[in-house]
Amino acid sequence: MFPFSFEWVWDIGHAIFFGGFWYAISILGAGMTFVVLKAAYDTMNDS
Amino acid sequence: MDSALIPEGAKRCSFPKFAIGVAIVSAVVLWGVFAMFLCWFKGLNQTNMNDYYGFALWIWADLAVIAVGGGAFFTGLLRYIFKIDELKNIINFAVIIGFICYSSALLILAIDIGQPLRGWFIFWHANVHSMLTEVAFCLSAYFAVLTIEFIPNILENRQANKVPFFHHLAHNMHGVMAVFAATGAFLSFFHQGSLGGVAGVLYGRPFAVREGLLIWPWTFFLFTWSAAAFGPCFTLLVTKITETVTGKKLVKDNVVHLLAKISGWMIVTYIIAKIIDTIYWAMVTAPSLGFSLSHFYTSNGFYGYWILITEIVLCGVVPGVLLVMKSTRENPTLRLIAIILGVIGVCLNRWVMVLQIMAVPVMSFDTWALYFPSWQEIATTVLPVAYGIILISVAYRYLPVFPQEHELNYSVEVEPVTEPE
Repeated sequence: MFPFSFEWVWDIGHAIFFGGFWYAISILGAGMTFVVLKAAYDTMNDS
Repeated sequence: MDSALIPEGAKRCSFPKFAIGVAIVSAVVLWGVFAMFLCWFKGLNQTNMNDYYGFALWIWADLAVIAVGGGAFFTGLLRYIFKIDELKNIINFAVIIGFICYSSALLILAIDIGQPLRGWFIFWHANVHSMLTEVAFCLSAYFAVLTIEFIPNILENRQANKVPFFHHLAHNMHGVMAVFAATGAFLSFFHQGSLGGVAGVLYGRPFAVREGLLIWPWTFFLFTWSAAAFGPCFTLLVTKITETVTGKKLVKDNVVHLLAKISGWMIVTYIIAKIIDTIYWAMVTAPSLGFSLSHFYTSNGFYGYWILITEIVLCGVVPGVLLVMKSTRENPTLRLIAIILGVIGVCLNRWVMVLQIMAVPVMSFDTWALYFPSWQEIATTVLPVAYGIILISVAYRYLPVFPQEHELNYSVEVEPVTEPE
Protein backbone atom coordinates (compact mmCIF):
# COMPACT_ATOMS: atom_id res chain seq x y z
CA MET A 1 0.00 0.00 0.00
CA PHE A 2 2.90 2.34 0.78
CA PRO A 3 6.35 2.45 -0.79
CA PHE A 4 7.84 1.58 2.61
CA SER A 5 5.86 -1.72 2.76
CA PHE A 6 8.19 -4.70 2.29
CA GLU A 7 6.15 -6.05 -0.65
CA TRP A 8 6.05 -2.75 -2.59
CA VAL A 9 7.55 -2.93 -6.07
CA TRP A 10 8.17 0.07 -8.32
CA ASP A 11 6.39 -1.35 -11.37
CA ILE A 12 3.62 -0.22 -13.71
CA GLY A 13 0.95 -2.23 -11.84
CA HIS A 14 1.63 -0.53 -8.52
CA ALA A 15 1.98 2.84 -10.22
CA ILE A 16 -1.42 2.61 -11.94
CA PHE A 17 -3.37 1.00 -9.09
CA PHE A 18 -2.00 3.03 -6.24
CA GLY A 19 -1.51 6.14 -8.34
CA GLY A 20 -5.26 6.18 -9.12
CA PHE A 21 -6.19 5.27 -5.57
CA TRP A 22 -4.07 7.93 -3.89
CA TYR A 23 -5.08 10.48 -6.51
CA ALA A 24 -8.78 9.97 -5.69
CA ILE A 25 -8.15 9.91 -1.93
CA SER A 26 -6.05 13.10 -2.19
CA ILE A 27 -8.84 14.95 -4.01
CA LEU A 28 -11.39 13.87 -1.40
CA GLY A 29 -9.04 14.74 1.46
CA ALA A 30 -8.08 18.11 0.02
CA GLY A 31 -11.72 18.95 -0.78
CA MET A 32 -12.91 18.10 2.72
CA THR A 33 -10.01 19.94 4.35
CA PHE A 34 -10.83 23.03 2.30
CA VAL A 35 -14.55 23.04 3.15
CA VAL A 36 -13.95 22.40 6.86
CA LEU A 37 -11.38 25.21 7.10
CA LYS A 38 -13.58 27.58 5.11
CA ALA A 39 -16.58 26.74 7.30
CA ALA A 40 -14.50 27.47 10.40
CA TYR A 41 -13.33 30.78 8.87
CA ASP A 42 -16.91 31.75 7.89
CA THR A 43 -18.15 30.89 11.38
CA MET A 44 -15.49 33.04 13.02
CA ASN A 45 -16.33 35.92 10.68
CA ASP A 46 -20.00 35.67 11.69
CA SER A 47 -19.27 36.38 15.33
CA MET B 1 -42.41 14.31 20.43
CA ASP B 2 -39.77 14.75 17.73
CA SER B 3 -41.46 17.65 15.95
CA ALA B 4 -38.45 19.93 16.54
CA LEU B 5 -36.40 17.70 14.23
CA ILE B 6 -38.91 17.48 11.39
CA PRO B 7 -38.29 19.90 8.47
CA GLU B 8 -40.17 23.15 8.88
CA GLY B 9 -43.64 23.08 7.35
CA ALA B 10 -43.48 19.36 6.54
CA LYS B 11 -46.16 17.00 7.77
CA ARG B 12 -45.14 13.56 9.04
CA CYS B 13 -46.99 10.71 10.75
CA SER B 14 -47.07 10.57 14.55
CA PHE B 15 -43.92 9.39 16.31
CA PRO B 16 -45.51 6.20 17.77
CA LYS B 17 -46.71 5.16 14.30
CA PHE B 18 -43.24 5.82 12.88
CA ALA B 19 -41.56 3.94 15.75
CA ILE B 20 -43.82 0.91 15.29
CA GLY B 21 -43.02 0.79 11.57
CA VAL B 22 -39.29 1.02 12.21
CA ALA B 23 -39.55 -1.65 14.95
CA ILE B 24 -41.25 -4.09 12.57
CA VAL B 25 -38.54 -3.65 9.93
CA SER B 26 -35.88 -3.82 12.65
CA ALA B 27 -37.00 -7.38 13.38
CA VAL B 28 -35.90 -8.31 9.86
CA VAL B 29 -32.61 -6.50 10.44
CA LEU B 30 -32.06 -8.53 13.61
CA TRP B 31 -32.73 -11.75 11.70
CA GLY B 32 -30.08 -10.74 9.16
CA VAL B 33 -27.63 -9.69 11.85
CA PHE B 34 -28.10 -13.05 13.60
CA ALA B 35 -27.30 -14.87 10.34
CA MET B 36 -24.34 -12.54 9.80
CA PHE B 37 -22.87 -13.39 13.19
CA LEU B 38 -23.43 -17.09 12.51
CA CYS B 39 -21.33 -16.73 9.36
CA TRP B 40 -18.63 -14.84 11.21
CA PHE B 41 -18.42 -17.08 14.28
CA LYS B 42 -19.12 -20.49 12.73
CA GLY B 43 -17.65 -19.84 9.30
CA LEU B 44 -18.78 -20.09 5.68
CA ASN B 45 -20.03 -23.64 6.27
CA GLN B 46 -23.24 -21.80 7.17
CA THR B 47 -23.72 -21.18 3.45
CA ASN B 48 -24.44 -23.53 0.58
CA MET B 49 -21.41 -22.31 -1.34
CA ASN B 50 -19.18 -25.09 -2.59
CA ASP B 51 -16.38 -25.73 -5.07
CA TYR B 52 -18.72 -24.82 -7.93
CA TYR B 53 -20.20 -21.77 -6.27
CA GLY B 54 -17.40 -19.73 -4.79
CA PHE B 55 -19.41 -16.71 -5.97
CA ALA B 56 -22.94 -17.27 -4.73
CA LEU B 57 -26.07 -15.35 -3.78
CA TRP B 58 -24.10 -12.66 -1.93
CA ILE B 59 -22.00 -11.77 -4.92
CA TRP B 60 -25.12 -11.54 -7.07
CA ALA B 61 -26.71 -9.28 -4.42
CA ASP B 62 -23.50 -7.29 -4.25
CA LEU B 63 -23.35 -6.74 -8.00
CA ALA B 64 -27.08 -6.03 -8.19
CA VAL B 65 -27.07 -3.33 -5.48
CA ILE B 66 -23.99 -1.75 -7.01
CA ALA B 67 -25.70 -1.69 -10.42
CA VAL B 68 -28.95 -0.17 -9.17
CA GLY B 69 -26.97 2.18 -6.94
CA GLY B 70 -25.38 3.52 -10.12
CA GLY B 71 -28.22 6.03 -10.23
CA ALA B 72 -26.29 8.10 -7.68
CA PHE B 73 -23.13 8.57 -9.71
CA PHE B 74 -24.96 9.04 -13.00
CA THR B 75 -27.48 11.52 -11.61
CA GLY B 76 -24.61 13.32 -9.84
CA LEU B 77 -22.70 13.46 -13.10
CA LEU B 78 -25.71 14.91 -14.92
CA ARG B 79 -26.48 17.39 -12.16
CA TYR B 80 -23.02 18.70 -11.28
CA ILE B 81 -20.93 18.16 -14.42
CA PHE B 82 -23.51 18.47 -17.21
CA LYS B 83 -25.38 21.10 -15.19
CA ILE B 84 -28.88 19.69 -15.70
CA ASP B 85 -30.51 21.88 -13.11
CA GLU B 86 -33.89 20.12 -12.83
CA LEU B 87 -32.16 17.10 -11.29
CA LYS B 88 -31.38 19.10 -8.13
CA ASN B 89 -34.89 18.06 -7.06
CA ILE B 90 -34.04 14.36 -6.99
CA ILE B 91 -30.27 14.31 -6.41
CA ASN B 92 -30.56 14.16 -2.59
CA PHE B 93 -32.67 11.04 -2.81
CA ALA B 94 -30.42 9.50 -5.47
CA VAL B 95 -27.46 10.02 -3.13
CA ILE B 96 -29.30 8.42 -0.19
CA ILE B 97 -30.21 5.41 -2.35
CA GLY B 98 -26.61 5.18 -3.54
CA PHE B 99 -25.36 5.42 0.04
CA ILE B 100 -27.66 2.56 1.07
CA CYS B 101 -26.64 0.44 -1.92
CA TYR B 102 -22.90 0.90 -1.45
CA SER B 103 -22.93 0.49 2.32
CA SER B 104 -24.94 -2.69 1.73
CA ALA B 105 -22.40 -3.88 -0.83
CA LEU B 106 -19.56 -3.32 1.64
CA LEU B 107 -21.51 -5.11 4.37
CA ILE B 108 -22.14 -8.08 2.09
CA LEU B 109 -18.43 -8.22 1.24
CA ALA B 110 -17.57 -8.09 4.94
CA ILE B 111 -19.74 -11.18 5.45
CA ASP B 112 -18.55 -12.88 2.28
CA ILE B 113 -14.86 -12.72 3.12
CA GLY B 114 -15.62 -14.68 6.29
CA GLN B 115 -12.82 -12.92 8.18
CA PRO B 116 -13.78 -9.22 8.26
CA LEU B 117 -10.89 -8.49 10.60
CA ARG B 118 -8.65 -9.11 7.62
CA GLY B 119 -10.64 -6.89 5.27
CA TRP B 120 -7.84 -4.34 5.21
CA PHE B 121 -5.47 -6.92 3.65
CA ILE B 122 -6.86 -6.06 0.21
CA PHE B 123 -5.41 -2.57 0.61
CA TRP B 124 -2.25 -3.40 2.51
CA HIS B 125 -1.28 -6.53 0.56
CA ALA B 126 -2.88 -5.48 -2.73
CA ASN B 127 -2.69 -7.85 -5.68
CA VAL B 128 -2.21 -5.30 -8.44
CA HIS B 129 -3.00 -7.89 -11.14
CA SER B 130 -6.58 -8.40 -9.90
CA MET B 131 -9.62 -6.53 -11.15
CA LEU B 132 -11.23 -7.23 -7.77
CA THR B 133 -8.50 -5.16 -6.10
CA GLU B 134 -9.49 -2.26 -8.32
CA VAL B 135 -13.12 -2.90 -7.36
CA ALA B 136 -12.24 -2.84 -3.65
CA PHE B 137 -10.27 0.40 -4.01
CA CYS B 138 -12.91 2.19 -6.06
CA LEU B 139 -15.83 0.82 -4.04
CA SER B 140 -14.36 2.03 -0.75
CA ALA B 141 -13.34 5.40 -2.16
CA TYR B 142 -16.71 5.89 -3.87
CA PHE B 143 -18.49 5.06 -0.61
CA ALA B 144 -16.46 7.91 0.90
CA VAL B 145 -17.72 10.15 -1.93
CA LEU B 146 -21.33 9.15 -1.25
CA THR B 147 -20.85 9.85 2.45
CA ILE B 148 -19.48 13.30 1.58
CA GLU B 149 -22.44 13.91 -0.74
CA PHE B 150 -24.87 12.79 1.99
CA ILE B 151 -23.37 14.97 4.77
CA PRO B 152 -24.78 18.34 3.57
CA ASN B 153 -28.29 16.88 3.55
CA ILE B 154 -27.83 15.67 7.14
CA LEU B 155 -26.46 19.07 8.19
CA GLU B 156 -29.55 20.73 6.71
CA ASN B 157 -31.65 19.09 9.40
CA ARG B 158 -33.68 21.77 11.15
CA GLN B 159 -31.72 21.60 14.41
CA ALA B 160 -28.26 20.86 12.99
CA ASN B 161 -28.56 23.81 10.62
CA LYS B 162 -28.94 26.16 13.58
CA VAL B 163 -25.30 25.48 14.47
CA PRO B 164 -23.37 28.13 12.49
CA PHE B 165 -20.42 25.86 11.71
CA PHE B 166 -22.68 23.11 10.35
CA HIS B 167 -24.64 25.67 8.35
CA HIS B 168 -21.47 26.98 6.70
CA LEU B 169 -20.07 23.49 6.22
CA ALA B 170 -23.20 22.35 4.35
CA HIS B 171 -23.13 25.52 2.25
CA ASN B 172 -19.44 25.15 1.38
CA MET B 173 -19.80 21.47 0.58
CA HIS B 174 -22.53 22.31 -1.93
CA GLY B 175 -20.09 24.78 -3.47
CA VAL B 176 -17.43 22.19 -4.26
CA MET B 177 -19.76 19.24 -4.86
CA ALA B 178 -18.88 19.15 -8.57
CA VAL B 179 -15.34 18.07 -7.64
CA PHE B 180 -16.65 15.24 -5.49
CA ALA B 181 -19.21 14.25 -8.16
CA ALA B 182 -16.50 14.12 -10.84
CA THR B 183 -14.32 11.97 -8.58
CA GLY B 184 -17.33 9.73 -7.93
CA ALA B 185 -17.98 9.32 -11.65
CA PHE B 186 -14.31 8.40 -12.21
CA LEU B 187 -14.37 5.82 -9.42
CA SER B 188 -17.75 4.42 -10.49
CA PHE B 189 -16.64 3.99 -14.08
CA PHE B 190 -13.79 1.78 -12.97
CA HIS B 191 -15.44 -0.30 -10.28
CA GLN B 192 -18.64 -0.91 -12.24
CA GLY B 193 -16.50 -1.82 -15.22
CA SER B 194 -14.14 -4.05 -13.32
CA LEU B 195 -17.01 -6.04 -11.86
CA GLY B 196 -17.95 -6.86 -15.45
CA GLY B 197 -14.32 -7.29 -16.37
CA VAL B 198 -13.97 -10.05 -13.77
CA ALA B 199 -16.51 -12.15 -15.69
CA GLY B 200 -15.05 -11.26 -19.07
CA VAL B 201 -11.54 -12.49 -18.24
CA LEU B 202 -12.63 -15.89 -16.89
CA TYR B 203 -10.89 -17.83 -19.66
CA GLY B 204 -11.91 -21.13 -18.09
CA ARG B 205 -15.60 -20.17 -18.33
CA PRO B 206 -16.68 -19.95 -21.98
CA PHE B 207 -20.10 -18.66 -20.94
CA ALA B 208 -18.50 -15.49 -19.58
CA VAL B 209 -15.30 -14.84 -21.47
CA ARG B 210 -15.28 -12.03 -24.03
CA GLU B 211 -12.88 -10.29 -26.36
CA GLY B 212 -12.30 -6.64 -25.67
CA LEU B 213 -10.23 -3.52 -25.94
CA LEU B 214 -6.64 -3.68 -24.64
CA ILE B 215 -6.88 -5.28 -21.17
CA TRP B 216 -10.63 -4.65 -20.82
CA PRO B 217 -13.16 -7.24 -22.05
CA TRP B 218 -16.41 -5.88 -23.51
CA THR B 219 -18.21 -6.82 -20.29
CA PHE B 220 -16.20 -4.05 -18.59
CA PHE B 221 -17.94 -1.40 -20.68
CA LEU B 222 -21.34 -3.15 -20.67
CA PHE B 223 -21.45 -3.21 -16.87
CA THR B 224 -20.66 0.49 -16.54
CA TRP B 225 -23.14 1.33 -19.26
CA SER B 226 -25.90 -0.80 -17.76
CA ALA B 227 -25.40 0.70 -14.29
CA ALA B 228 -25.70 4.21 -15.73
CA ALA B 229 -28.75 3.15 -17.75
CA PHE B 230 -30.72 1.21 -15.15
CA GLY B 231 -29.53 3.00 -11.98
CA PRO B 232 -31.86 5.97 -12.60
CA CYS B 233 -34.73 3.46 -13.06
CA PHE B 234 -34.12 2.27 -9.52
CA THR B 235 -34.01 5.86 -8.24
CA LEU B 236 -37.36 6.50 -9.92
CA LEU B 237 -38.80 3.24 -8.60
CA VAL B 238 -37.83 3.96 -4.98
CA THR B 239 -39.16 7.51 -5.37
CA LYS B 240 -42.47 6.09 -6.58
CA ILE B 241 -42.60 3.63 -3.66
CA THR B 242 -41.85 6.45 -1.21
CA GLU B 243 -44.59 8.58 -2.75
CA THR B 244 -47.05 5.70 -2.47
CA VAL B 245 -46.17 4.94 1.16
CA THR B 246 -46.27 8.57 2.25
CA GLY B 247 -49.31 9.41 0.13
CA LYS B 248 -47.57 12.54 -1.16
CA LYS B 249 -46.21 13.78 -4.44
CA LEU B 250 -42.52 14.40 -3.80
CA VAL B 251 -40.98 15.14 -7.19
CA LYS B 252 -42.53 17.08 -10.06
CA ASP B 253 -43.46 15.22 -13.23
CA ASN B 254 -41.04 17.17 -15.43
CA VAL B 255 -38.10 15.94 -13.32
CA VAL B 256 -39.33 12.35 -13.43
CA HIS B 257 -39.92 12.57 -17.19
CA LEU B 258 -36.45 13.98 -17.78
CA LEU B 259 -34.67 11.29 -15.76
CA ALA B 260 -36.83 8.60 -17.37
CA LYS B 261 -36.00 9.95 -20.82
CA ILE B 262 -32.24 9.97 -20.14
CA SER B 263 -32.48 6.49 -18.67
CA GLY B 264 -34.49 5.32 -21.70
CA TRP B 265 -31.87 6.48 -24.19
CA MET B 266 -29.10 4.95 -22.11
CA ILE B 267 -31.03 1.65 -22.00
CA VAL B 268 -31.62 1.66 -25.78
CA THR B 269 -27.95 2.30 -26.57
CA TYR B 270 -26.85 -0.24 -23.96
CA ILE B 271 -29.20 -2.94 -25.19
CA ILE B 272 -28.03 -2.49 -28.80
CA ALA B 273 -24.44 -2.98 -27.61
CA LYS B 274 -25.53 -5.95 -25.48
CA ILE B 275 -27.30 -7.60 -28.43
CA ILE B 276 -24.23 -7.15 -30.65
CA ASP B 277 -22.02 -8.54 -27.87
CA THR B 278 -24.31 -11.55 -27.38
CA ILE B 279 -24.51 -12.34 -31.10
CA TYR B 280 -20.73 -12.09 -31.50
CA TRP B 281 -20.18 -14.27 -28.45
CA ALA B 282 -22.72 -16.86 -29.66
CA MET B 283 -21.49 -16.90 -33.28
CA VAL B 284 -17.73 -16.45 -32.85
CA THR B 285 -16.34 -16.57 -29.28
CA ALA B 286 -18.15 -19.64 -27.92
CA PRO B 287 -17.74 -21.74 -31.12
CA SER B 288 -14.02 -20.89 -31.20
CA LEU B 289 -13.78 -22.46 -27.73
CA GLY B 290 -15.68 -25.58 -28.85
CA PHE B 291 -19.15 -24.68 -27.54
CA SER B 292 -22.46 -24.03 -29.25
CA LEU B 293 -25.10 -21.64 -27.93
CA SER B 294 -27.48 -24.49 -27.05
CA HIS B 295 -24.89 -25.88 -24.63
CA PHE B 296 -25.52 -22.95 -22.28
CA TYR B 297 -29.31 -23.06 -22.34
CA THR B 298 -30.39 -26.71 -22.56
CA SER B 299 -30.08 -30.00 -20.64
CA ASN B 300 -30.91 -28.53 -17.26
CA GLY B 301 -34.00 -27.79 -15.20
CA PHE B 302 -33.67 -24.04 -14.83
CA TYR B 303 -31.45 -22.14 -17.27
CA GLY B 304 -33.27 -22.13 -20.61
CA TYR B 305 -33.45 -19.67 -23.49
CA TRP B 306 -36.16 -17.93 -21.47
CA ILE B 307 -33.55 -16.25 -19.28
CA LEU B 308 -31.72 -14.82 -22.30
CA ILE B 309 -34.94 -13.54 -23.89
CA THR B 310 -36.24 -12.15 -20.59
CA GLU B 311 -33.02 -10.27 -19.89
CA ILE B 312 -32.51 -8.80 -23.34
CA VAL B 313 -35.98 -8.40 -24.81
CA LEU B 314 -38.54 -8.20 -22.00
CA CYS B 315 -36.33 -6.37 -19.49
CA GLY B 316 -34.09 -4.53 -21.94
CA VAL B 317 -35.70 -3.66 -25.26
CA VAL B 318 -39.20 -3.17 -23.83
CA PRO B 319 -38.30 -0.70 -21.02
CA GLY B 320 -35.94 1.12 -23.37
CA VAL B 321 -38.64 1.66 -25.98
CA LEU B 322 -41.28 2.56 -23.37
CA LEU B 323 -39.03 5.21 -21.81
CA VAL B 324 -37.80 6.68 -25.08
CA MET B 325 -41.27 7.30 -26.56
CA LYS B 326 -42.87 10.43 -25.09
CA SER B 327 -46.42 9.03 -25.05
CA THR B 328 -45.50 5.92 -23.06
CA ARG B 329 -42.94 7.71 -20.88
CA GLU B 330 -45.49 10.24 -19.71
CA ASN B 331 -48.09 7.55 -18.98
CA PRO B 332 -47.59 6.81 -15.24
CA THR B 333 -48.58 3.13 -15.48
CA LEU B 334 -46.43 2.34 -18.52
CA ARG B 335 -43.52 4.30 -17.03
CA LEU B 336 -43.80 2.33 -13.81
CA ILE B 337 -43.87 -0.95 -15.76
CA ALA B 338 -40.80 0.15 -17.71
CA ILE B 339 -38.75 1.08 -14.65
CA ILE B 340 -39.73 -2.15 -12.84
CA LEU B 341 -38.73 -4.19 -15.91
CA GLY B 342 -35.49 -2.23 -16.14
CA VAL B 343 -34.56 -2.92 -12.52
CA ILE B 344 -35.41 -6.62 -12.94
CA GLY B 345 -33.37 -6.66 -16.16
CA VAL B 346 -30.14 -5.36 -14.66
CA CYS B 347 -30.52 -7.67 -11.63
CA LEU B 348 -31.11 -10.59 -14.00
CA ASN B 349 -28.01 -9.64 -15.98
CA ARG B 350 -25.93 -9.74 -12.81
CA TRP B 351 -27.52 -13.09 -11.86
CA VAL B 352 -26.57 -14.57 -15.22
CA MET B 353 -23.03 -13.15 -15.02
CA VAL B 354 -22.49 -14.52 -11.51
CA LEU B 355 -24.56 -17.67 -11.05
CA GLN B 356 -25.25 -19.07 -14.51
CA ILE B 357 -21.52 -18.88 -15.19
CA MET B 358 -20.95 -21.23 -12.26
CA ALA B 359 -23.76 -23.58 -13.26
CA VAL B 360 -22.72 -24.26 -16.88
CA PRO B 361 -20.68 -27.47 -17.33
CA VAL B 362 -17.26 -26.79 -18.81
CA MET B 363 -15.40 -30.12 -18.88
CA SER B 364 -16.76 -33.09 -20.77
CA PHE B 365 -17.38 -35.00 -17.51
CA ASP B 366 -19.15 -32.03 -15.84
CA THR B 367 -22.89 -31.73 -15.31
CA TRP B 368 -25.03 -28.68 -14.64
CA ALA B 369 -24.59 -27.59 -11.04
CA LEU B 370 -27.66 -25.90 -9.66
CA TYR B 371 -27.50 -24.18 -6.33
CA PHE B 372 -29.94 -22.97 -3.71
CA PRO B 373 -28.75 -20.61 -0.98
CA SER B 374 -29.00 -21.45 2.73
CA TRP B 375 -31.32 -19.45 4.98
CA GLN B 376 -28.29 -17.63 6.38
CA GLU B 377 -27.43 -16.39 2.90
CA ILE B 378 -31.03 -15.32 2.28
CA ALA B 379 -31.25 -13.55 5.65
CA THR B 380 -28.03 -11.65 5.07
CA THR B 381 -29.21 -10.70 1.58
CA VAL B 382 -32.55 -9.43 2.91
CA LEU B 383 -30.71 -7.51 5.66
CA PRO B 384 -29.63 -4.62 3.39
CA VAL B 385 -33.19 -4.23 2.10
CA ALA B 386 -34.54 -3.81 5.64
CA TYR B 387 -31.66 -1.48 6.53
CA GLY B 388 -32.43 0.57 3.42
CA ILE B 389 -36.09 0.92 4.38
CA ILE B 390 -35.14 2.18 7.85
CA LEU B 391 -32.57 4.65 6.53
CA ILE B 392 -34.97 6.05 3.93
CA SER B 393 -37.70 6.35 6.58
CA VAL B 394 -35.43 8.23 8.97
CA ALA B 395 -34.01 10.45 6.23
CA TYR B 396 -37.47 11.29 4.87
CA ARG B 397 -38.75 12.10 8.34
CA TYR B 398 -35.92 14.31 9.55
CA LEU B 399 -34.11 15.67 6.52
CA PRO B 400 -35.16 18.02 3.71
CA VAL B 401 -34.71 15.33 1.06
CA PHE B 402 -37.26 16.55 -1.48
CA PRO B 403 -37.04 20.29 -2.22
CA GLN B 404 -40.39 20.26 -4.05
CA GLU B 405 -42.38 18.51 -1.31
CA HIS B 406 -43.79 21.67 0.21
CA GLU B 407 -44.82 23.21 -3.10
CA LEU B 408 -46.48 20.00 -4.30
CA ASN B 409 -48.38 19.12 -1.14
CA TYR B 410 -49.11 22.04 1.12
CA SER B 411 -51.24 24.89 -0.07
CA VAL B 412 -49.79 28.32 0.63
CA GLU B 413 -51.63 30.03 3.43
CA VAL B 414 -52.33 33.57 2.29
CA GLU B 415 -52.82 36.28 4.86
CA PRO B 416 -56.29 37.78 4.54
CA VAL B 417 -56.07 41.14 2.87
CA THR B 418 -57.87 43.91 4.68
CA GLU B 419 -59.34 46.71 2.67
CA PRO B 420 -57.83 50.14 3.46
CA GLU B 421 -60.35 52.37 5.11
